[in-house]
Amino acid sequence: MLSFKDIRQGLLVALWFIFLTFPLLVIKINPIENSVNWRWLNMVYVGSFSFLIYLITRMVMARKLERQKKIKLGLVKEKVAWSIKLFSQPRLYLPLLAAVAVFFLLFPGLFSTYQVNIMITALMYVVLGLGLNIVVGVAGLLDLGYVAFYAVGAYTYALLNMHFGLGFWTVLPIGGVLGAIFGILLGIPVLRLRGDYLAIVTLGFGEIIRLILENWSSFSHGPSGISNISRPGFFGIELSLEMSIVYMYYLTVLMVLFTIFVVNRLQDSRIGRAWFALKEDEIACQAMGIDKMKTKLTAFSLGATWAGMAGVMFAAKTTFINPASFTFLESAIILCIVVLGGMGSIVGVIVGALVLILMPEYLRAFSDYRMLAFGAILVVMMIFRPQGIIATLRRTYTVKGDLE
Amino acid sequence: MEYFIELLFSGLTRGSIYALIALGYTMVYGIIGLINFAHGEIYMIGAFTALVVSTALTIYGFPLLAVVVLTALAAAVWAASYGYTIERLAYRPLRSAPRLSPLISAIGMSIFLQNYVLLAQTSDFVPFPALVPEFAFMEPYAHIVGSSDMAILVVSALAMIILTCMIKYTRTGKAMRATAQDQKMALLVGINVDNVISITFITGSALAAIGGLLIASHIGQINFYIGFIAGIKAFTAAVLGGIGSIPGAVLGSFILGLTEAFATGYVSSDYEDVFAFSLLVLILIFKPAGLLGKATIEKV
Repeated sequence: MLSFKDIRQGLLVALWFIFLTFPLLVIKINPIENSVNWRWLNMVYVGSFSFLIYLITRMVMARKLERQKKIKLGLVKEKVAWSIKLFSQPRLYLPLLAAVAVFFLLFPGLFSTYQVNIMITALMYVVLGLGLNIVVGVAGLLDLGYVAFYAVGAYTYALLNMHFGLGFWTVLPIGGVLGAIFGILLGIPVLRLRGDYLAIVTLGFGEIIRLILENWSSFSHGPSGISNISRPGFFGIELSLEMSIVYMYYLTVLMVLFTIFVVNRLQDSRIGRAWFALKEDEIACQAMGIDKMKTKLTAFSLGATWAGMAGVMFAAKTTFINPASFTFLESAIILCIVVLGGMGSIVGVIVGALVLILMPEYLRAFSDYRMLAFGAILVVMMIFRPQGIIATLRRTYTVKGDLE
Repeated sequence: MEYFIELLFSGLTRGSIYALIALGYTMVYGIIGLINFAHGEIYMIGAFTALVVSTALTIYGFPLLAVVVLTALAAAVWAASYGYTIERLAYRPLRSAPRLSPLISAIGMSIFLQNYVLLAQTSDFVPFPALVPEFAFMEPYAHIVGSSDMAILVVSALAMIILTCMIKYTRTGKAMRATAQDQKMALLVGINVDNVISITFITGSALAAIGGLLIASHIGQINFYIGFIAGIKAFTAAVLGGIGSIPGAVLGSFILGLTEAFATGYVSSDYEDVFAFSLLVLILIFKPAGLLGKATIEKV
């Protein structure tokens, strides 16, 4: 399957990468002792790694091409994605769904508090992912400052709780509304323009919010953050620490369910279809009489609402927040969840969040490489599988009867 | 008055560094209409390569002049190679994909490169050797403008002049302008568009690396995160001048650099980065095409 030419090409690629990574991976300076540390072993790793990866991609591409050729000739049928196969048969997916539901219901009983805490974090990322999915996956607006709205929600709860003693349930909607307001304020100037500007402005906005939180000490207590935020109340009953974590867990599960419900209903609504259409072709959309600005603004602010609410939950869960929790990397992780899972696909985003958040927790040895992998995932997914691991099942309409 | 002149020079220095980076953004945007998020990272990689090479050469006892020349060369060559590779790996396969795909790929590349440098080198701030010596003839003015400021101004002016000449008078430059105007048409008249795009990335990256080298030697320390903020600011400058326009990028950079210098000098330095972003949002509201850019209408 591999020709001599492929191997020669692979060797050239390996050589190129050895050259490319030479100054940064091989040489290491020790400025204190004024000595140079040559790490030749890294060179071997880079060389063999890039050679292998080249050959593997080559092989995969060749197989894909062959398959496409066969499909064209009519020898084999086009493969239906396994996710679509699964979801089109209720007999298969209903028991699966029931098993998942039971698992999540019994989770706090089966596992330790530590595990429950990790699960809460993962579920919060599910909520954030689903929120960003409305913006990026459904409406096709690249929002790189999503974490700013998350910060708005978290600080809303922290500050209102500290100054006025407001509880979790009062602030949850306030956080959502404030997130939406910020989303609209930022969206109005930017959404008129082409999508690329939105990406960079949201990126800048995320940084502004973080810088303000860090520097405006009299307002936000600066880098030291706000501590002793109260946990969510349970009908006025005092809960022990462990019980309150379990309570928080169920609250997060409820939030996830609520989010899934809303997003699912929205996708099938008039506005949801307008979002999908807008993502495909803006000009055609406007020609069909869809108000581009209004539709985009709804998606953007709705995503911000979810981030705001998730922020309130985050503050209630950790009882301590500081600006360091709201860096650009956080936005990048959420974006990665959406892209890996599959843009526009609810199940995909849930799976993506669980994989990306739980995996580094259990594979501690690789946690240093986490962000490196996230970056690589974004690139690789875009090139090889832009629809994500679980593709969306697009609603199709079939016309019955004769059209004439 | 002296303070004013000091700030003026600090603004000009900042402006010329932004310009060196912004040129890369604007050239790439002009040709393939993509915001190359990884461009700030190229600048950072240029600075890191310069650090590694210059320190290693100094330790092995090379004379200062040789160190400076070899470092600049190494930084430019490696940054250009990174630029070329990024384009080949992350952007070229996506050239006909929906608009969102290359943007996401670019942001992924940026995160990847940041963490690559973090893992390969260090996450701390590392001291950067001063590559520009204190010139004797600058002595009387040293309290207003340092030798390295002067070096930055001179080198970046030279780089910009060379770039302008290249784009205006060479065949490659002509091909670049043609590709920027209409890619399909350029292909039809026999221009190798792939090569032109590669050359654009290579040139832009080399310029960014020179910028990285100069500013690192001026400030005296670097870390893996410097590319992020510098990238956003240079992009702001490019948008301010009108993205896609080369004189616009230079003009925008100087305006941004001066604004920042005076704002931090007379108002407050806590919000240094906020000024740039606020400026970006304001331009997008009132003059989205930028100062020298043309508003284009997308035709179907």
